[in-house]
Formats: sequence, structure tokens, C-alpha cells
Amino acid sequence: MIENLDLSMVNWARAQFALTAMYHWLFVPLTLGITWIIAFYHTIYVTTGNEEWKRLTKFWMKLFGINFAIGVATGIILEFQFGTNWSNYSWMVGDIFGAPLAIEGIIAFFLEATFFAVMFFGWNRVSKGFHLFATWMVAVGSNLSAVWILVANAWMQYPVGQAFNPETARFEMQNFAEVAFSPYAVNKFVHATSSSMLMAALFVLSISSWYLLRGRHVVMAKRSIVVAATLGLFASVFTIFNGDESAYQIAQVQPMKLAAFEGLYEGRTNAGLVAAGIVNRNKKVYDTQEPFIGFNLHIPGALSLMANRSLGSFVPGMKDLVYGNAEHNILGAAQKMERGKKAVASLEAYKTAKKTGDQAAAAAQLVTFNEYKEFLGYGYLQKPEEEVPPVALTFNAFHVMVGLGALFPLIFIGYLHFSRKGTLTEKKWLLGFGTITYILGMIASQAGWVVAEVGRQPWSIQGLLPVSVARTNLTAGTVQTTFFMFLILFTLLLIAEISIMAKQISIGPEEN
Amino acid sequence: MEKPDTKPAGPLSRIYRFYREGFAQMTLGRTLWKIIFIKLFIMFAVLKYFFFPDFLATKFPTDRQRADFVMEQLTRSAQGYTNPVRGE
Repeated sequence: MIENLDLSMVNWARAQFALTAMYHWLFVPLTLGITWIIAFYHTIYVTTGNEEWKRLTKFWMKLFGINFAIGVATGIILEFQFGTNWSNYSWMVGDIFGAPLAIEGIIAFFLEATFFAVMFFGWNRVSKGFHLFATWMVAVGSNLSAVWILVANAWMQYPVGQAFNPETARFEMQNFAEVAFSPYAVNKFVHATSSSMLMAALFVLSISSWYLLRGRHVVMAKRSIVVAATLGLFASVFTIFNGDESAYQIAQVQPMKLAAFEGLYEGRTNAGLVAAGIVNRNKKVYDTQEPFIGFNLHIPGALSLMANRSLGSFVPGMKDLVYGNAEHNILGAAQKMERGKKAVASLEAYKTAKKTGDQAAAAAQLVTFNEYKEFLGYGYLQKPEEEVPPVALTFNAFHVMVGLGALFPLIFIGYLHFSRKGTLTEKKWLLGFGTITYILGMIASQAGWVVAEVGRQPWSIQGLLPVSVARTNLTAGTVQTTFFMFLILFTLLLIAEISIMAKQISIGPEEN
Repeated sequence: MEKPDTKPAGPLSRIYRFYREGFAQMTLGRTLWKIIFIKLFIMFAVLKYFFFPDFLATKFPTDRQRADFVMEQLTRSAQGYTNPVRGE
């Protein structure tokens, strides 16, 4: 297995980025999601005046505080990596990302510094109404702080509202609204935040189930479950719908990613969605091996419906996208590479003309560049097959995410049903399963990011900049060192998180 | 006999007192703040300073030079250089 690993610098840099992002994402969804659930608990306390709800609210706030403290600033390391490992990329997108990320930092700081403190310190010190307002603002602020980073990520997948300026070697923003409100960005934000609420609901379910199994804090656990399962049910159904919308958008702007996560090599009309199957890891886009090992179960027409909102429509496969399909008017990667190389050559000629002061030649080269600029990234590929992302990883991650995503609403319904009947404490099998649901939620959430990020390879900016050009020209050894340093640092933080969290869960809420 | 000072505290001093008392009453929060500060120290004073210099900012003093360098990287393939993708 090890001999198959590609240990080049660019792959170490990618692995380091993935490691950091995945560790960061262990903390983020819980922070985003549980603030809403706490706000609901707090609202019930303020409206009913029942002290048990106050105790419950304070307990979940404490766990939120631990998660926030351990996770805060872990994302900053991603920014370090941009400047060191991805300097070309960092320079090229500075104009697009700089301002939004700065706005995010300022908004997040002021919202969190103000309302976060009131939420934690405000018990009996400020009015109940203002205290509740602060709790809601923490929820709003935390989720708003995720807007711009998700807009930035969406832009890399669907780079709208920009133009490349050869003078500055930068993608420059032409239309802020197109970048901020692109359907890809809006959907990414909605999907990330709704799935975060779902995960937070699973977190509450897991801990509350553990209490119920041990007969501890029974009233608090039952009340926590009813609210969390209700919100979790809404969030999980909503996440399924906006996940479907995400798939539709991917089909429109990243058809290769869609083909990869469905293991679709040959395009077809009335394409079926793979419900179950084992993808052939050894298959290449150019060979005739079967794409699946043994059986695979398809839902007829569902992929066409998901990709084009039309049952009988054609969904291109990886072969169509790599080698082209004249019948369906699909340009192959080889043709795009030809155009991309013209874009790169005109950039080089533009640069030379500028150096020699030949303004007329520079202007002419700029016209040529603008003609082919949408294929710029293809100019750096060496063979058309490079456009195919790692299929098995993308396919498996997608199906794990979807499979677990379909399971979660059933879990919430189960909890609500037995809570309503008053028999939840007798359902040991459900409570036992419930204790691990947060881990399942985390797996689904991480798998979602694997689909999004591995599925878009080889691009750092879709169609415009491959990772091989986005990187800095460093040695693999330099990146390896920091990779392992991060691995140690993040593992220590994770151990701190789990041990502090476990201790506080074991202690439980404050007694009245 | 001197009258006690009944003048209400101003908003700034009330905010100051709110934060001071809040921090003073923290228990678990103190441990969490320690973790935050240690983490920030490791990130900014060690990792950022020694291991994560901004490549372009340290190599080139002006934006013009940085832009030229990146442009050079972007046009290397047109000069016959191929970007390594696998197994450099």
C-alpha cells in the first residue's frame, strides 16, 4: 500500500491542509449548532421561569464553552499554510478573500467579545431579557462568522465575479454580490450550518442517553432530548433537501465531481443513483475494467433527476468529460488543455511584450488571453486523465455521508416517539445506540468535506488553477516536519478536549 | 458625619466591574483560558515565527516583485517547464 503513496511536496501540503481542516472541523460544527439549541433552552427557562431549565441551560453552555475554548483559533493555522505552502494561490486570490475574511474577523471578535461574555457572566447580573438576547446573539454571531470562509470555499469551487489581471497576477473581484451571493455559496452556508445543528442535536442526544442509561440527571436528560431531537429532526430533513440542491449545483458547475462521487464512468440518460456498491479502486478512466466489484444497487433515473431535475436527462460520466462527447456537446479535457495552453502562452507573450515596452503586442496578447482565460488551469495539466479526482475516496465518502444522513431523521423520530409515549428510559437499545450517534454525525460531517475537497481535485480554483501551480516551490521534507508537528499539537488539543469534556459530563449539571 | 457616596457608577465602570467579577468567579474557565493562551503562544510565537513564514513577503520586498514572481511561476510551462504533479 505504502508504495502507492505519492510523497511529493504538493501532496504533503495537501495532506497537511486536510489534517488541519479536519481537526478544525471537529470543533466547528458543535460550536455552530449547539448555540442554537442553548438559545432554545434559555428561551424556555426565561418564558417558564422553571429553574430546572436554567440548570440545564448552564450545563450545555459549559460544554459549549469547553469546545469553543479548545477549538478557537485552530483555523488560523490554515492561514499560515496559505502563505507558506500555497504562496502562488495566496497571492492570486488575495483580492477576493482579503476583505471578506477581515470583515469576518472583526464581526466575530466584537460579537463574541460582547455577547459571549454576557452569556456566560450574565446570570443574575443583567436583566433576563438582555441575557437571553445575548445568548441568541452568540448563536447568530457564531454562525455569521462562518459565512465568509464558506463564501471563499464556494468561490474556489465556482469562481464567479472575478477577472484575472495579468498586471498584478491576481484574480480581482469584479462583482461583490456575485461572489457573496452565488448560489453555490448560499447553499454551502445553509448546508454547513444546518448539518452543524444536526450534529449538535446528536451531541445532546449522546450525552443525555448516557445519563439515562445510568439513571443520572434523568429529568434534565429527558428535557434536553425532547428539544434537541425536535430541532435535530428539522435540521436533518432540511439538510437532506439542501444537500440535494448542493448535488444539483455540483452537477452544473463541477460535473466531474458528481461523476466521481457516483462512480459514473460512462455517461447515460435516465442515470441511476448508486444506493449501494463497492467501487473498483483499480479502475482507470481509460481502461475497460468494471467500475464496481460484484453487485451494485441503483435507483433508476434518480441521478438524472438529482443532476438536471429531469428523469430522462443525460448525466456525463468521467469518460465523457475527459475525452469529450460530441453528441452531447461536451468538450473533452484534451480540447480544454489546448485552449488553456494558448492562455498560458499568451500570458508569457504579454509579459515579454510588457518588458520590452511593446504596448501594441501586449494589448494583442491580452485579447488572446481573454479569449481562452476560462481554460487557464487546463494549460497546466499534462494529460487529460489528470482531471479525474480520486474516485474511490470520493465515492465512499459521499455514500457514507448520504447513508448516515438518511439514518439521522429516523433516530430523532425514534427518540421523539418514545419520549411522547413516556417509555424512552426503557428502550436501552435506542439509548445505547444513541450514545454513539455524535460520532456517527462527526463521520458524516467529515465525509462531506472529503467529498467537497477531494472531489474537486486537481483544482485549487475550479478550472483556473491546479494545486500543482498553486503551491510554493518548497521541498517535501519542509512540509513533512510541520505536518507531524501539527499532528502532535492537534492530538494534544483533542485529548485535552475529550478529557475536560468527559470530566464535566461525569460531574454533570450543578445541583440546585 | 460624612454622607456615603451614593452616586451610581458610570456605564464604563459597570462594564469593567461586570467583566472583572465574571473573570474572578470563573473556575473551569481559568483552565480553558490557560489552554487558549498556551495554544496561541505555540501558534504565533513558535509555529508562525519559525515554521510558517509568508514565502512571498520574506523573499520579495515589494508587491511588484511578488506579482512578477507569481507571473513567472504561471508562465513557466510556456517556457518549456512542466509542473510536477506526481512523484517529484
